[in-house]
Amino acid sequence: MSIGRFLTAIVAVASLSFLAGCSEETPTAGTTAKKIVVGTEPTFPPFESKDEAGNFVGFDIDMVKAIAAKQGLEVEFKDLPFDSLIPALQSGQIDMIASGLSITDERKKAVDYSDPYIDAGLSIAVKKSDSVIKTSADLKGKSAAVQQGSTGAKKAEELQKAGTLKEVRQFPTVPLAMMELAKGSVDVVINDRPVSEAFVAAQPGEIKLLDEVIDADSYGLAVRKGNTELLTKINAGLSTIKADGSLKGIKDKYFKPAITQPTK
Amino acid sequence: MPQEYLHHLGAVLPALLRGAWIAVYVVVAAELIGVSFGLIIALLRLSKSRWMNIPALIYVDLIRGTPMLVQILFLYFGLPSLISAISGRPWSIDPILAGILALGFNSAAYVSEVFRTAIGSLDKGQTEAARALGLNRLQTFRFVVLPQAFRWAIPPLGNEFITLLKDTSLLSVIGVAEILKEGQLYAARTYAIFPTYIGIAIVYIVLTLTIANVLRYVERKLKVPT
Repeated sequence: MSIGRFLTAIVAVASLSFLAGCSEETPTAGTTAKKIVVGTEPTFPPFESKDEAGNFVGFDIDMVKAIAAKQGLEVEFKDLPFDSLIPALQSGQIDMIASGLSITDERKKAVDYSDPYIDAGLSIAVKKSDSVIKTSADLKGKSAAVQQGSTGAKKAEELQKAGTLKEVRQFPTVPLAMMELAKGSVDVVINDRPVSEAFVAAQPGEIKLLDEVIDADSYGLAVRKGNTELLTKINAGLSTIKADGSLKGIKDKYFKPAITQPTK
Repeated sequence: MPQEYLHHLGAVLPALLRGAWIAVYVVVAAELIGVSFGLIIALLRLSKSRWMNIPALIYVDLIRGTPMLVQILFLYFGLPSLISAISGRPWSIDPILAGILALGFNSAAYVSEVFRTAIGSLDKGQTEAARALGLNRLQTFRFVVLPQAFRWAIPPLGNEFITLLKDTSLLSVIGVAEILKEGQLYAARTYAIFPTYIGIAIVYIVLTLTIANVLRYVERKLKVPT
């Protein structure tokens, strides 16, 4: 009997508690077989959110499920911060991103995109009482709130660098950025139009959107660079649901008719 | 307005309680690691051999010298991409498991200091008397030192447990559906931000007050010296 034996016992207890932690988990995001792990940031309705029961819901979720059904894939969604999605894809923790991801040349260097599936673009949200800011030309000296890692954040940073915006505050989710605007701490929120529209529709009276759409773009699904096998399947599934009208059905489910139209 | 707040407070509660269950599960599992590994570290620190006490000191310094949020992000995002890069195969870790490990090994550093000071504060006469009575070193530790040290350690350990419970909120950044994350998800689908954060605060208060009272009861029962 020695201290060593006592330590061994403690290590055994520690390893047991470790294993207890393991047993309930699914340890790997396997790329084998037909199951794909899809990363998303679910505070972005109507594209992705979680319902009361904790299920992923939204336009992107339904669309990915529809594509997967056509292609015989099994899908598991994973909740990740928006600015961690691309790193998680690159390191293999997820196989695909479906998270209202705008197609940009810069991101194309890091991921491979599917065909575009919806038109988006940025719009500027201001307080309802604001009578000064009418277009993006009125942003001189103003402050903006944005979601970290979004195209809106990139736009805001560019405007700040160019000396237009005075300050840019970055938040992990869109609702927090909107809150910053609603309580008057910033002058504008620059964010994807469909999501801002959903926010304004649900929370009338505090915030309004400017008519102007800046930097019109499209959303795409993203896979790891060089994963052509998955990309081919996704694109094939996407064109099938475009052709048979089920994509249109999903759009009508989540958007008012006005937003179903391209916002360009 | 107040009715609407009350409505949201009621509506967000089921989600927050689901998150509370996850938080408690994580913190209990993490504290099991924290106490067992923390005790090992404390014994290594108290060892006279440099080969034992220097690595333990480095561990404590590294953990205490870096923010827990950074450790969580390192374990969940940094380590898998490092392993993937080295092995060439995608590797990932479950967020709840990553959370338990990050919180557990973080807590171990603080717990080791609690045990080290508790063991160190015991009168030398206790050990000497036990040895004089014919107990060997392990028996002395097991039957004389550890029970007394553990009693001394209970109040700071309880403190650590409450701190760790609140620290589970940091796991929202890696997508663990604990209390804060469930609240954020609710706020995202209902746009009701203020009542949600009030609800979150209430759930934490209820949990920490419950634990504090359980601890007070345990302290009374064990007649913890004050």
